[in-house]
Amino acid sequence: MSLLADVATVLLVVAGAVFFLAGTVGLLRFPDPLSRLHALTKADNLGLGLMVLGLLPQMGGLAAAVKLVAVWLLAQVAGATVTQLIARAVRHGGSGP
Amino acid sequence: MSAALLLDGGLALLVVAVALRSIAVGPAFAAVVGFVAFGLLLALAWVRLAAVDVALTEAAIGSGVTGAVLIAAAARLRPTEAGSAAERPGPGLRAATAALSVLVSLALAGLVLFPADPAPSLAPDAGAHLAALGVGNPVTAVLLAYRAMDTLLEKVVLLLALLGVWSLAQDTAWGGLPRPQCPSRAEGSLVLLARLLPPVGILVGVYVLWVGAVAPGGAFQGGAILAAMWILAMIAGLLDPPATGRRWVRRAVTVGPAVFMVVGVAGFALPGGFLSYPEGLAKPLIIAVEVVLTLSIAVILGLLVAGPPERKSP
Repeated sequence: MSLLADVATVLLVVAGAVFFLAGTVGLLRFPDPLSRLHALTKADNLGLGLMVLGLLPQMGGLAAAVKLVAVWLLAQVAGATVTQLIARAVRHGGSGP
Repeated sequence: MSAALLLDGGLALLVVAVALRSIAVGPAFAAVVGFVAFGLLLALAWVRLAAVDVALTEAAIGSGVTGAVLIAAAARLRPTEAGSAAERPGPGLRAATAALSVLVSLALAGLVLFPADPAPSLAPDAGAHLAALGVGNPVTAVLLAYRAMDTLLEKVVLLLALLGVWSLAQDTAWGGLPRPQCPSRAEGSLVLLARLLPPVGILVGVYVLWVGAVAPGGAFQGGAILAAMWILAMIAGLLDPPATGRRWVRRAVTVGPAVFMVVGVAGFALPGGFLSYPEGLAKPLIIAVEVVLTLSIAVILGLLVAGPPERKSP
């Protein structure tokens, strides 16, 4: 059982890391701000989500697991808002600073 | 070569690289963004050094609230930025600045890399008297008992900083309203965030204050989180900054230092010294002081970000 949980953790965290890597490459390589934002949100949503999912079996108790999920949800809300704000700024002010 | 060393080494290099970049980069706004990232990385470094109290403070104050103040300043300075970029300090001043910075860096590096043997430490003494204070977190014990004088003066400095900001107001605006933080059109997603986040943030802020007695946390970190929620509501246009002359504002910013001082002076009468706590009452007193300090810190930080009053209150 614990071996199964460990395998799941490794697989999910690695998958999350792949999304972070892809998001970072996109952030560096994509030509315009909106596509760069698009790349970044993948790292935020899926990358962090997969990592949290992978770490859940390793948390000692329910309280710690709930905290981890709360961190993910808060990052989601903050990330989505900031993405909207940056995108709005880009649309109104050209390509931005 | 362990993975931890690799992580720490990478983190250290990243901190230095981000610091250099935020100094070298041109526009003020980009420099501030670099500064905020620098603060967050520094907080990670403090976590790696097991100094979670310092990490929380760095993330909340050093990076968060200071970042908000600097962003507001950069936005305000933007119209004059192009003109001031042309003014450069003379070669003498620049050489002196560089020499002084290098000297300070070398001295600090020397202290860290070649410590006295054994390295001076008060950690065992700080831990030895925790039971008498009833406080489980040695950092809180240092801040509010052993070195309470420093903490008191720090709060007074914070109050002076707020007075410094307010004194930038024109005479006619004194005691009036700071500039509204929200641009004319409120952004829908920001308003949503400002409605969703404060219940969570206020809970976390109060928790960080309360847990400070036994674990990393305390008045400054909790106050900064509460201030951040207030600032968020102001930026989203849900709340306007209050007139700085309002009675509750003046009372809120002074109540923390005032209560701290009263407790300190009462120390003369009962246990026999400024800022000393009577036997058995140490923990309740420390918590009472922390609670009022948190209120004052939160209001002061929020008002620091709101800036000087600019128009008379109606």
